Amino acid sequence: MGFSDADLQAIWLTLRLASLVTVLLLLIGTPIAWWLARTHSRWKGPVGAVVALPLVLPPTVLGFYLLLAMGPNGPVGQFTQSLGIGLLPFTFWGLVVASVFYSMPFVVQPIQNAIEALGERPLEVAATLRAGPWDRFFSVVLPLAKPGFFTAAILGFAHTVGEFGVVLMIGGNIPGATRVVSVQIYDYVEAMEYGQAHWLAASMVIFSFLVLLALYTLNPNQRKF
Amino acid sequence: MQTPRILLALLALAVVSASARAETVQVAVAANFTAPMKLIAEAFAKDSGHTANASFGSSGKFYAQIKNGAPFEVLLSADAETPAKLEAEGLTQSGTGFTYAIGTLVLWSADPALIEDGAKVLGRNKFRKLAIANPKTAPYGAAAMAVLKGLAVDQMMMPKLVQGENIAQTYQFVSTGNAELGFVALSQVTKDGKIGEGSAWVVPAGMHDPIRQDAVILKNGEGKAAAAAFMEYLKGDKAKDIIRSFGYQIP
Repeated sequence: MGFSDADLQAIWLTLRLASLVTVLLLLIGTPIAWWLARTHSRWKGPVGAVVALPLVLPPTVLGFYLLLAMGPNGPVGQFTQSLGIGLLPFTFWGLVVASVFYSMPFVVQPIQNAIEALGERPLEVAATLRAGPWDRFFSVVLPLAKPGFFTAAILGFAHTVGEFGVVLMIGGNIPGATRVVSVQIYDYVEAMEYGQAHWLAASMVIFSFLVLLALYTLNPNQRKF
Repeated sequence: MQTPRILLALLALAVVSASARAETVQVAVAANFTAPMKLIAEAFAKDSGHTANASFGSSGKFYAQIKNGAPFEVLLSADAETPAKLEAEGLTQSGTGFTYAIGTLVLWSADPALIEDGAKVLGRNKFRKLAIANPKTAPYGAAAMAVLKGLAVDQMMMPKLVQGENIAQTYQFVSTGNAELGFVALSQVTKDGKIGEGSAWVVPAGMHDPIRQDAVILKNGEGKAAAAAFMEYLKGDKAKDIIRSFGYQIP
């Protein structure tokens, strides 16, 4: 049997989505993690809780509120319409925005933990050596917290690949735009085409296993968690 | 201080004697039939003393679950194919299948002014997204595709189509305004016998194959009094009135 053209299209779309989301999450998540790790602000608790929400909320709840928020009457929808880019649901970029929310804790938390584990000392030393803030980040924090970033990138990527409920709620199942692998598998099962479903589902299991295997064995510090 | 204990004893007696006569039937129900099923289950409990425990979902999922030993005793499917397939595989009490409802397709918009003159709104093509249920898995989706083809607008609509995984999600896309209009089940937009909100075009039945929804007793329900009683109740006038009031037809 093997993969159909529609399967390949879904796989390619999923990889594109997950890669883009991972890059965006590292860019957005790093400053948030940095702030959460070092601040003594009374906002630390609330911000940390908001970031962690997708860990506990059912994806349908998140998807439903995203659908309302990004719809024509929602605040995000009115904002995107006023910018002239239209509405986000049923588009690739809608999935990107949703996935960034959904996978955020998987990226922020490992980076935050890694930075917290560094402590103040290396940064103070660097500061006495006249390293500026950017210099301190790139030559001290980044190398020392590398395992945290590695874990964050892999978990963010893998979690986006495995996303289903949110995509189902705001995707609209459009081939090439929002029909990702998990939705394609769901369709096969619903249509009782179990043979095709097995191909994709088994590939997904193997892929996820290899990703996690890489995470547990290749992590630069060999740090187990 | 004796009263509470006596009351408790009476209550226990009532529970025991009731459970001796009344049984519970596990019913798997197609998502589009959620609202009528709730009313039917209520009436069934009142009239028969049995309880109908309903699980709502898609026919495809129920098929997979039933094949793998789910404890359902009756299936109210959204189509005729799933019960037929189960029957062919020996997973039903054979000969118990019948059509309990025929679905009506409706083109619906949450905007009260959008659909003024029936199907012409499709030809004018002044909207962004048209929602349908997944034609591959949902009978209402397949019917919607047939209507688009019949009106010769399927090619024009292709780039505007968004698919809900089932008819409930399709309704959600339209009711939140994310799709301006969509093909949903008349039962979803019917309140007290007429279209509740927005604007709609009820698709003439001749434009697509009838959306026959079949019910069947499953192997688990074979010989169970409550399962048989529920099926009989579903064929009765009270249930039929409820079913019709939601915009379904009865064969």
